[in-house]
Amino acid sequence: MADPRPARSRFSPRLTAAFLCVFLLVFLRCASASRDVEDPHDHHGNSTEHKKAFPVLAFNFEHVRKPFEISMWILLALLMKLGFHIIPRISHVVPESCLLIVVGLLVGGTIKAVEGTNAPVLDSKLFFLYLLPPIILDAGYFLPIRPFTENLGTILVFAVLGTLWNVFFIGGTMFAVCQIDGAGLADVDLLSCLLFGSIISAVDPVAVLAVFEEIHINELLHILVFGESLLNDAVTVVLYHLFKEFSHEGSVSVGDALLGVVCFFVVSLGGILVGFIYGILGAFTSRFTSHTRVIEPLFVFLYSYMAYLSAEVFHLSGIMSLIACGVIMRPYVEANISHKSYTTVKYFLKMWSSVSETLIFIFLGVSTVAGPHDWNWTFVVFTVFLCLVSRVLGVIGLTSIINKFRIVKLTKKDQFIVAYGGLRGAIAFSLGFLLTDSKMKHMFLTAIITVIFFTVFVQGMTIRPLVELLAVKRKKESKGSINEEIHTQFLDHLLTGIEDVCGHYGHHHWKDKLNRFNKKYVKKWLIAGERSTEPQLISFYNKLELKQAMMLVESGSTSKLPSVMSSVSMQNIQPREPPRRRAMPSISKSREEEIRKLLRANLQNTRQRLRSYSRHDLMIDPFEDNVSEVHLRKQRVEMGRRMSHYLTVPANRQEAPPVRKVGFQPEHQVFTYDDAESPRSAEMKPRSAAVRLLNELPQRSDQSDAEPNAKQDDQEDQLKLSRGLSDPGPNQEQKES
Amino acid sequence: MRTNYRWISDVSSCCCLCFFSVSPEQIKNLHKRFQQLSDNEETISRENLEKIPALANNPIRKQIIDAFFDKRNQHQNEVGAFQEIGFEQFLMVMSHFRPPTLKTTEEEREAMRKEKLRFLFNMHDTDNDGTITLEEYRKVVEELLSKSGAIGLEAAKAIADAAMLEVASTNVPHMAPDDFYEGITFEHFEQILKGLEMESRMHIRFLDVDTMTMRCGKSKS
Repeated sequence: MADPRPARSRFSPRLTAAFLCVFLLVFLRCASASRDVEDPHDHHGNSTEHKKAFPVLAFNFEHVRKPFEISMWILLALLMKLGFHIIPRISHVVPESCLLIVVGLLVGGTIKAVEGTNAPVLDSKLFFLYLLPPIILDAGYFLPIRPFTENLGTILVFAVLGTLWNVFFIGGTMFAVCQIDGAGLADVDLLSCLLFGSIISAVDPVAVLAVFEEIHINELLHILVFGESLLNDAVTVVLYHLFKEFSHEGSVSVGDALLGVVCFFVVSLGGILVGFIYGILGAFTSRFTSHTRVIEPLFVFLYSYMAYLSAEVFHLSGIMSLIACGVIMRPYVEANISHKSYTTVKYFLKMWSSVSETLIFIFLGVSTVAGPHDWNWTFVVFTVFLCLVSRVLGVIGLTSIINKFRIVKLTKKDQFIVAYGGLRGAIAFSLGFLLTDSKMKHMFLTAIITVIFFTVFVQGMTIRPLVELLAVKRKKESKGSINEEIHTQFLDHLLTGIEDVCGHYGHHHWKDKLNRFNKKYVKKWLIAGERSTEPQLISFYNKLELKQAMMLVESGSTSKLPSVMSSVSMQNIQPREPPRRRAMPSISKSREEEIRKLLRANLQNTRQRLRSYSRHDLMIDPFEDNVSEVHLRKQRVEMGRRMSHYLTVPANRQEAPPVRKVGFQPEHQVFTYDDAESPRSAEMKPRSAAVRLLNELPQRSDQSDAEPNAKQDDQEDQLKLSRGLSDPGPNQEQKES
Repeated sequence: MRTNYRWISDVSSCCCLCFFSVSPEQIKNLHKRFQQLSDNEETISRENLEKIPALANNPIRKQIIDAFFDKRNQHQNEVGAFQEIGFEQFLMVMSHFRPPTLKTTEEEREAMRKEKLRFLFNMHDTDNDGTITLEEYRKVVEELLSKSGAIGLEAAKAIADAAMLEVASTNVPHMAPDDFYEGITFEHFEQILKGLEMESRMHIRFLDVDTMTMRCGKSKS
């Protein structure tokens, strides 16, 4: 194993466990192989001769064999993953994918040694139908839309033109290489070479994700390489089928080539269309799930999977279909489903994709050991070399064209990373595996595996130091900033406006049109209830606020308080003006009551809506209640404040009720937008410097006798937060000391 | 009335070209548009801009139009507002939206970012006191949410307050309870929007630069 050395005491239990699993698995396979004729019912056949004792303990493995094996494999994969993260030293140097392949090699070796030729291989059907979709769905669902659409042109150029260039360059050159005498490759014809080229050219999303996720590169480069790896699926599918068909026939005519082009458009656009339809269906279904929250996540998964399968039925691009489905579905589904369902969706997707990825790499290793190999030095070496060369040439060439059209140009550093990040992975292997059996197939497979190993090991391991060496921009940690959100929106509108003034119908103009169309028609259909009219800024703000509240309630003890942030509070920013005294006639008590009832009813509505707002980390139930309480209280505060504008009451001194328990103190800090881990944290003075939220007195009192909302004089301009009780009904005035 | 080409040569001759950093072809196109907007007059007024149909749906329409007539955006240290602007002023405002090129150096990028942020700042700071007060910021958010009905207006205040608080706590972390944060100064504004990389985001494709970015002093003929 690639581990050795220290921390043995900590590590060996896991390693032992892992090996135990492996050996158990191997043992069981051997055992099952030899038990083919085992039949517990044999006993009955002998019953006439002698009565057998009732079997207290029986062994019947066949019964559970398949699920047992599957579970063992998955367990093995996960234990390996666990093991690697325990040894930090290794995981910093070597990307996880490499380690997993090595494990696969070891396991494959073990199985082969024990069992001979009966080793499992990465079954293409298993790969394409079960292992690949979760990864793609995870990628598609959480695809960052803004950078993706902003760079869509570039991504498409790389995906389509880049892959085409790769295919023809590699295929053509390999054919030339095969003509060299003495290489023993004379029987490889042009079409086979092109077929091989089409298999080996495509950048693999699984490998890219596995490697790029660990290096935290800046968003632009990440989306370029990753987007390319997703969108080149259509090209790969078309070319693969095209050349496969024609390699049987032996020649391609111009008409066939044209049909190929048409096929490309059909495959890609068809795939997107299928994904789109399922996405809309999923969004529409989620509109009605308010009463059955438990099954909400399943809709997301199933509709997406159906999109993938439906696309595969027609040989359309399943990957593009899956991406389209996830992208379309997400904004509407997220507006509809509950907070817990959202968390479930997120965690399940991450979980499945993680397991899939691990299994894929392990199986790659196992299949390497298992598969029949035909090593041909010339072929393999030239393949590896040509892959690198064509990638570099392709990227450089295409970038020089693309940069004419881009505003933010791609620098040489960017180009290098894009070229270097062109990793090949399991898709290439599986496609190669699907070829019809022949001597060439084995040779191709060997070459494919070599390329995959090369890219994953060499490029995967060296990309991190290279990124640091070249000082490539890394991903910036973005915490939600309300100012940035405001200005992003402001900028959108500003640029759209300027474009309109210029009379130029550009990017922003169409985006704005799409947004308005979305808001006006689509949202009404696909989002339940009042959420459909909520503007984006407000939902962002609410999310942010709730996130802060949750975090603070979670870390609610005093011990955490001192580490919290700045002492700036609302009172620091509110203008000091004398409260406007409205000369309004005093309102009768009954009217006051009515108003209060109205406000309370509004708050109830807000409360109901709250339940489906929050989009954040999984919290245990009591906290969720607390959080909505926090929010509710703030709302109450607002309402009270509004009330104070309209009710003129003789100034009344506030009773000074006892200060409430500290547990709720944190809610004061909700408006300071720093995390507890923020480096800017300052000593928080205890209660006296507590943040006050709003300007005017927010009190509400239900006591019919007390005159609640006193007019503020300057001193009491301080904001007091009402510390309501759990039920929204009667509350008491509280005052901060 | 001057013809297009003579006018362009006039513009070029007074180094405005250098200052604007916009290519001659772009200037021609913008001039055509200017003529269109102004009904072939030499100046445009607010009404001309308000007549643009596409702008009607824009929530910050008024601010955008005001920005064209704002003297601060002309970089001549004047304040106030024009009633009408000529093509040079129009071009000046447009030049704020040019993108950086591969040849733009780091200092130039910084300068560009500052210029663009200053433009945004001027849009928010309507009374020109050098700070964006809470009221002004509230107004900004209200305008942004103006097309969203009652929900928008209620939340606008809270959002603006929260945003202001964020600026204050980011820039002046230690404030005593009695201190008063006057408003967002330009430095604080720059600080808070540092992450957005304005020089790359605030541009119009139409003004894709492919010529020099020399800066000579602006001289008017």
